[in-house]
Amino acid sequence: MFGAAIIVFRESLEAALLIGIIAAAARTLPNRNRWLWSGVGAGVAGALVVAALAGSIAEMAGGMGQEMLNAGILGLAVVMLAWHNIWMARHARAMVDGAKAIVRDVADGRRALSAIMVLVAMAVLREGSETVLFLFSLASEGESTAQVLAGGALGLVAGAVVGYTMYTGLLHVPIRWFFTVTAGLVLLLAAGMAGQMARFLIQGDILPPLANPIWDTSAWLSSSSAGGTLLHVLAGYDPRPSAMQALFYLGTMVAIGLGMYLVRAPSPARASV
Amino acid sequence: MTRLALLAALCLPLAAFAADPAEIPLTIKNHRFEPAEIRIPAGQKVKLMIHNQDSTPEEFESHELNREKVIPGGAKSAVFIGPLQPGKYPFFGEFNEATARGVVIAE
Repeated sequence: MFGAAIIVFRESLEAALLIGIIAAAARTLPNRNRWLWSGVGAGVAGALVVAALAGSIAEMAGGMGQEMLNAGILGLAVVMLAWHNIWMARHARAMVDGAKAIVRDVADGRRALSAIMVLVAMAVLREGSETVLFLFSLASEGESTAQVLAGGALGLVAGAVVGYTMYTGLLHVPIRWFFTVTAGLVLLLAAGMAGQMARFLIQGDILPPLANPIWDTSAWLSSSSAGGTLLHVLAGYDPRPSAMQALFYLGTMVAIGLGMYLVRAPSPARASV
Repeated sequence: MTRLALLAALCLPLAAFAADPAEIPLTIKNHRFEPAEIRIPAGQKVKLMIHNQDSTPEEFESHELNREKVIPGGAKSAVFIGPLQPGKYPFFGEFNEATARGVVIAE
C-alpha cells in the first residue's frame, strides 16, 4: 500500500505544483476554478485512454510512439505556459493597480482560461497515464484492489497538499511582487518542460544529444534526493543534462522572456487603456 | 580557444550519430532484468531492445542514463542510450524497484 502511495505522490507532485502556481497566477480571472477542474477532468480521462492504449502507442512511430507522445504533450504544455506568461505580462499592471481587478474583456479572459485548461490537462495526462499503469500492474500482481486504491488515494492527497501549500504560499506574496514571482515560476516550469521534451526526443533517437552530459552535478545534488526532486519538478533540474537539453531549456527561457518584454504593459504615465 | 574546444566537443558525438547503433537485448522476466549487467563500448550510441516477458507493465528508468520508458506487458521496445563516458550507469524498473535492478557498464 505504501509503495503505491509513494509512487503516486511522486507522479502527482509535478501536476499538483503546476496547478498550484497557475491557480495563484490566474486568481484574478473569473470562473477560474471551473476551468481548472475541467482541465483536471480532461487530463484524468486522457490518462485512462493513454494507459488503455499503452500497448499500441508503444508500437507507433517505429517503436517510438511513447517518446513522440510525451514530447508532444510537453511541447503543448510549454506553448500554453509561454502564452500564459506573455498574456500576463500584458495585463499584470492593470491587475496590480486594480488589486482585485477582473479582466474587462471577457473574451480575452476566456482565451487565457482555455489555455490554462489545456495546460492543466496536459500536466495531469502526462503523469496520470503512468500512474494508472503502475496501479494496474500492482493490482494484477495480487495486491488487493482496495489496498492499491487506498495507497493511490493517500499519495494523491499528499501531492494535492503540496500543491495547495504552494498556492496559499503564493497568495501571501505582496501584490506588487506577486506577478513577478509567478511569472518567474512559470518561466522555470516552461524551460524545465522543454528540457524534458528534448530528453524524450533524444531517447527516441529523433535528436542527437550533442555533448552528453555537458556537466555532472549529481555528486552535489542527486536527482533522487528530496531537494533534487523538488528542483526537478519546479525548475527542470537535471544533474546530467545533454547539450541539446540545455539548448532547449535556454532557448525556451529566452523566447518567453523576449515575448514578455515585447508585449509588456505600458507604464502608467503613457497608458491609454 | 575555449569556444573552439567547445565546438569540437559538440561535434564529436555527431560522428557517433552517423553509424547505425548496435542493438543490445534486455529481457524483463519475473520483475528482474536479464542480463542484469550490460557491457557496452564507451563513446558509442547503442540501442537497448527491451523485451518485457511479464504480463504487467514495467518502467525502465535510470537517473544516471537520464532515461525513462514504460514497457507494456509482453511488449518489445527500444531505448537509445549513449554515447557514454566510461563508467557504471545503474537502471531499475520503477514499478518493481525491489527486484528489477541492473547496470550498464561503459568501457
